Amino acid sequence: MAKIILPDGKTIEVKGPREIRAILRRLNILENTVLIVRGDELLTPDRMIEDDDTIELIPVISGGSLEVSHL
Amino acid sequence: MKCRICRETAVIALPRHNSAFCKEHFLDFFKRQVQRAIREFRMFSRKDRILVCVSGGKDSLTLWHILHELNYDTTGLYIDLGIGEYSKRSRRLCEDMAKSLGRELKVVEFSKAVAPIKDLARAAKRTDCSTCGVVKRYYFNKVALEEGYNVVATGHNLDDEAARLLGNLLRWQLEFVQKQYPVLEEEKGLKRKVKPLCRLTEQEIAAYAFLNRITYLRDECPMSHDSTSLLYKEALNRIELQSPGTKHFFYLQFLYRKRKGNLKGLSENAAVEPDGAETGDSKGGPFQCRVCGLPSSGQICSFCKITGYLDKSDQTPYEHA
Repeated sequence: MAKIILPDGKTIEVKGPREIRAILRRLNILENTVLIVRGDELLTPDRMIEDDDTIELIPVISGGSLEVSHL
Repeated sequence: MKCRICRETAVIALPRHNSAFCKEHFLDFFKRQVQRAIREFRMFSRKDRILVCVSGGKDSLTLWHILHELNYDTTGLYIDLGIGEYSKRSRRLCEDMAKSLGRELKVVEFSKAVAPIKDLARAAKRTDCSTCGVVKRYYFNKVALEEGYNVVATGHNLDDEAARLLGNLLRWQLEFVQKQYPVLEEEKGLKRKVKPLCRLTEQEIAAYAFLNRITYLRDECPMSHDSTSLLYKEALNRIELQSPGTKHFFYLQFLYRKRKGNLKGLSENAAVEPDGAETGDSKGGPFQCRVCGLPSSGQICSFCKITGYLDKSDQTPYEHA
């Protein structure tokens, strides 16, 4: 089984081989809101994961941002 | 997916540019996008002294890193707001970045000199986030003025700016739409403010940080509860997945049309209450704050107003920087 570390830090297991895009869809995670990381490698969503892989989905969206108006 | 340029395995897909890139060519792309923003919005040159506002998050640390890579004269500015462990960790990451770049980091010890931000917010009866905003804006400008920096740079990105534009349009806050631009020119004691990452998405910035091994604070500020901004970002990202390029087009075309003057007249359409009364900022200004002497939209600036709620036996807070 492949291990997937979700954006909230929880871990799930998924049977490989499987396309990452399909996993993201199943989890309802938008692919433009995470980085897909395997070790020190960045992956695109079309890549396949295998049973021994550990994949981390790092969230990239941050919340409120200070607006730097003049005053 | 293959790199559009060298056909090696891609590390990132960029549907909005109908592209995918390997590490080397993505970093080239990223650099070009920053240079393009700096050039096309006339942000600054290599003669300018740039104060980069850093928080320990991915956007601001990436901004400092890339401006350094592009040989601009940068100094970091960190404001210690006294948010417990979060502030300690974020400060350490900013100090680490300063060390690795060989650049100076200026630190405003706000929580020690004045009060932890939470205490100030409680005293001023304002939300934590709006209090934080007032304090940060105040020091960004004050430090730049006092230390002779020409430009204040922040890490706002394409997602931040597109979400903000969407939010302002949904509420017909045209006076805010009119002010939205990645450069605010210097005027009457207010230093020029710029957003060099405005052409790049959060995902692209996070990828740059990852590929350059930039350690940043992933956690949200524990006091931040801005779910509206997240909602707008998610809406735009959902549209973007179905229709790549929409977010980029929405924001960048707004800027280009504004620059050409095609959106003139927006400021004349100030928000109107149901009874017909106009809302919005006070007219005129900036004035000089009667307390600290820095620019203000009224007689007393927001910073002095809110710090005035603290115990008067404290030292006058605005003298500390």
